[in-house]
Amino acid sequence: MSIKKFFRRFSFDSLASSLISLLLSFVIGGLLIWAIGTNPFQAYYLIGVGAVGTMKNLANTLASSIPLIFAGLAVAVSSKAGLLNLGVEGQLYMGAMAATLCGLYLPATNRFILLIAIMIASMLGGMLWALIPGVLKAKFGTHEVIVAIMLNYVAELFTTYLIIVPFREHGSTVNQTAEIPKAARLSKLFPRTQLTTAFILAVIVAIIVWFLLRRTTLGFKISAVGGNRDAARAGGINPTAYVIIAMLISGAIASFAGTTEVVGKYFRFRENFSPGFGFTGLAVAVLARNNPFGVIATSILFGGLSTGCLYMSRITGISGHMSNVIQSIIILLVSAPRLFEIIKGSRKRT
Amino acid sequence: MEYAIEMRGITKRFGAVTANDNIDFLVKPQEIHCLLGENGSGKTTLMNILFGIYTMDEGQIKVNGQPVHIRSPRDASRLGIGMVHQHFMLFNQNTVLENIILGDERVPFFLDYEKSRKEVQSLLDRYEFHIDLDEKICNLSVGMKQRVEILKVLYRGAEIIIFDEPTSVLTPQESDILLGMIQNLREQGKTVVFISHKLGETMTIGDSMTVLRKGAAVANVLREETSVHDLARHMVGKEVETSLEREEVEPGECVFELADVPIWEHRKSCNLRVHEYEILGIAGVDGNGQMELEESIIGLRDHRQGHQYLLGEEITHEPTLLRKLKGMAHIPSDRHKYGILPNETLCRNYLLGNQEREEFKSHGLIRTQRLDRFSEEMIEKYNVYTSGIEQTSGSLSGGNQQKLVLSRELSQSPKFILAAQPTVGLDIGAIEFVHRTLLQKREEGCAILLISADLSEVMALSDRIAVMYEGEIVAVGDSSEFTRDELGLMMAGHLGGAS
Repeated sequence: MSIKKFFRRFSFDSLASSLISLLLSFVIGGLLIWAIGTNPFQAYYLIGVGAVGTMKNLANTLASSIPLIFAGLAVAVSSKAGLLNLGVEGQLYMGAMAATLCGLYLPATNRFILLIAIMIASMLGGMLWALIPGVLKAKFGTHEVIVAIMLNYVAELFTTYLIIVPFREHGSTVNQTAEIPKAARLSKLFPRTQLTTAFILAVIVAIIVWFLLRRTTLGFKISAVGGNRDAARAGGINPTAYVIIAMLISGAIASFAGTTEVVGKYFRFRENFSPGFGFTGLAVAVLARNNPFGVIATSILFGGLSTGCLYMSRITGISGHMSNVIQSIIILLVSAPRLFEIIKGSRKRT
Repeated sequence: MEYAIEMRGITKRFGAVTANDNIDFLVKPQEIHCLLGENGSGKTTLMNILFGIYTMDEGQIKVNGQPVHIRSPRDASRLGIGMVHQHFMLFNQNTVLENIILGDERVPFFLDYEKSRKEVQSLLDRYEFHIDLDEKICNLSVGMKQRVEILKVLYRGAEIIIFDEPTSVLTPQESDILLGMIQNLREQGKTVVFISHKLGETMTIGDSMTVLRKGAAVANVLREETSVHDLARHMVGKEVETSLEREEVEPGECVFELADVPIWEHRKSCNLRVHEYEILGIAGVDGNGQMELEESIIGLRDHRQGHQYLLGEEITHEPTLLRKLKGMAHIPSDRHKYGILPNETLCRNYLLGNQEREEFKSHGLIRTQRLDRFSEEMIEKYNVYTSGIEQTSGSLSGGNQQKLVLSRELSQSPKFILAAQPTVGLDIGAIEFVHRTLLQKREEGCAILLISADLSEVMALSDRIAVMYEGEIVAVGDSSEFTRDELGLMMAGHLGGAS
């Protein structure tokens, strides 16, 4: 049975297809580990222990999945409208900066009010940054991917400027803001881990996204525009408006990927704190086929891989970056079935 | 006698559709042979087989008496067959000369401009083409670009040249020049195949004609033996017996009016009135403005001039949504483009266009239970063959997709129905169902505008008929006023009917 036939049989069932891609990635990753000279079974055992072996490890796995869930949801919402929001990275920086400034300078001491204000500031920051590619796309047909990627650099460098010049912590040798007050920090779900209430927020947002897309007319109109723009127009839906709305929602969710790191982990805005969450979010959304609950599952998987590999690297000689390798293989194998579908499609046409 | 092209028993199927059915196509050397037929009659398929783009299922081809297997355009080119495509395949930023010689370098990867220029220049002199070889393509008119395409074919040494509806992109003056050039090519010894659905130009330049209808060759005649009249009848076919029963009802009030709307720019504006208890059929060969008319009526095109009225209210600048809420139903000609959301479930397809109706919406939420119940009712009533309301519409067959669209559009008791090409791609059973449904809506008092390229359909269903040609309504009248031949002639641009 050829690989192509193999995938064709499963392409109709997206869950099976994703699971098989995963399994294959682990096999290929295992071969690589074996080639380095380590027993792959032992390595995977250690990754497993590191990811979910103890309550503390599990808590850290969940913690590292938080920004990925938000980023993945942001990409998923935009994909539903037929857009590819590759600007999540920039949106999360802008959102996090707005949230940090709100935490530092808002003279409120009530914890509840302060956190709500921070969330609102964060969403506004993210939405502002998503609005630009959204409007340009809707009004002029400018490709949102190009605009969003360029805006990522602008956001990253602009926030860096802000923490070097106007908002730098007094007397600090590194580029960062001062710490936000205790009242503005999220509480921990599990002591001496990085798991905070942000995880609950992530799950709630996923449920909201699911509800929005499945049960509301707004969500219906967004997915109609993404599914078939012309049919949406003929059905009385204005694509321009819903493209922009979808980008705004996407930007608001994206901002939480940065803000929860600030208010839950670092308590300040640090230079380049995101290791590319926005792009991992894209991979998460693709693997989850834009299903919000799939996004949670995939993010936990990716989070577990990185905490597990870190643990493995302390015991074996393998670098913790093995997680990136396995992640990359997963991404390659997930996009492969889509590739086969495209090839299949072009065969049909001729 | 030896033919330049001898195609015998050509059959080509696409799935269940037979695009070419046992066609014989014979072209004598040094003649202009016209291939006539309506859109979808199989002309392009046949030529694509000859040019090696499609492979045939059955049949054989001989070129200059030799049996050949043509597997790619390159094979065709080697046999001296060249094609001037309807859509130009030119590099806009390169010069005329570069476009002619690129892809046919005598030495791979190297261009010998001097030598090539001399060769092209001698072609220009021989065929009396006047064109500047150093001009960039983007600065040329459409007619000039077409000349470059012809030169490309000549430069590659073609002896048999296929023109695919070459005049469809030209102005009348440019067309005349082109026809002159084609005649000149024949005098210089070339064989020409001329694909067209315009009867007039066919009679002007053709030495002989092959007429295709619904995938079969129905006539092969010399020009001397035929007339525009005959060709039109071959093209549209004989009257088909219809089993449809129509009740006689008197038309009522005017429901929809289109007043002075220019469907094509710089053409005469169109005027149409559709009444209660009436089907107004728009006859015309595809691509004569039907799509624009359709988009204009449902509000996807904003015209600066003209007015539209629905039930006496002006809707000229109203968006699609309001038109639908006011009682306009739309059965789109291109259901894949305008009718369905292929990746969504049937329920959500039933919601499309109804998303703002109170019936299915409350406080921004979809009333899922009502929607499910409604979808199930519609599937039952219209007999949509499906595994359930959670199936995606993209996985339905064409006929069932059309039933989905029909049931959705007709469910909200519309006053005016725009039915565009409602039976394209459907099997006979589904076609009859659609026809009966439309007639039933007529008896219930709906005003129906039927746009169809199928003349039999228009004649069978309509109370009145309007003929569309090149973006204009060229004739309107009771359907009893026209004979089939007259309609066929007017559809092909011959006004005044049979002479």
